[in-house]
Amino acid sequence: MEQQKEAGTIGMWLFLLTEIMFFGGLFLAYTVYRATYPEGFLYGSHLLNVPLGGTNTVVLILSSLTMAMGVYYSQFGDKKKVMFFLTVTLLLGLTFLVIKYFEYMAKINDHLFPAMGLYHPSTTGPHGVPLELQQSVRVFLWIYFLMTGLHAVHMIVGAGILITLILMAQRGKFTRAYNAPVEISGLYWHFVDIVWIFLFPLLYLTGFHVSGGH
Amino acid sequence: MADHSSEHHIVPVKYYIGVFLLLMVLTAVTVFIAKADLSKHWGPLNIIVALTIAVIKATAVVLIFMHVRWSSRLTQVIVVSGIFWLIIMLTFTLTDYFTRGGWPTTLGR
Repeated sequence: MEQQKEAGTIGMWLFLLTEIMFFGGLFLAYTVYRATYPEGFLYGSHLLNVPLGGTNTVVLILSSLTMAMGVYYSQFGDKKKVMFFLTVTLLLGLTFLVIKYFEYMAKINDHLFPAMGLYHPSTTGPHGVPLELQQSVRVFLWIYFLMTGLHAVHMIVGAGILITLILMAQRGKFTRAYNAPVEISGLYWHFVDIVWIFLFPLLYLTGFHVSGGH
Repeated sequence: MADHSSEHHIVPVKYYIGVFLLLMVLTAVTVFIAKADLSKHWGPLNIIVALTIAVIKATAVVLIFMHVRWSSRLTQVIVVSGIFWLIIMLTFTLTDYFTRGGWPTTLGR
């Protein structure tokens, strides 16, 4: 069983390597576009809500702790504690997604979504983007929605995995001898947390030291 | 394949709590330092500090939460090689851009 668990762990790590390259490519795009359109990224990052982003960061870090605790208790076959911690992890993950939803809706209501055209007359309100900045802000918003959107999709998949694990735990599937699915899912969840750990400062805190912004 | 290094190693809970607290503190530091305009001292300092803290946080998650510190050598090599390949992608692409005249201010504008 040990060899199988090791094989499973390595299998998940190989998948995570593809994910590292997947997100890595987007971080690379972020780097190139930020250097090419610095004013757009500065302006754009001021459009983001740092308290909400910060809260989401705390939520995810906490969820990594509860996930690790779920894995911990799965090593002892402690069904109740496993279900408890996986459920809390799931709720934290859903909290993240709900906060993200509100962030996205605020952007879309302000027409601050690349495909909606920042030049729409209704964007001349408090979030009106000056005409000369619109192209570069559009680039920032593409990067923002693409990267956080892809991340959110990974969170949704993670939530599905957690639901599956909770049901499996409820049926008594995890014992001292067999907890590989919990541990391997933990790897996936921590990876998604790590992606956000990089996304938060790069997207939200870019222009934080520049006062007031727009 | 008698590699027993990762067998039944139970990580004490205090490691998890410790890493969690470290991550919380570093998150607060990240936000706090981002408020300070470090570009007065050196242009890219803000981003370098932010990324350094992020790398420390990621390392803590990988080593402790993801158990890599207690994983088999094979697993550790795989993890390191993943990061290595990522670094190849970043370095080679950026050296390309940097050696095209005028970037980052003129390319693509």
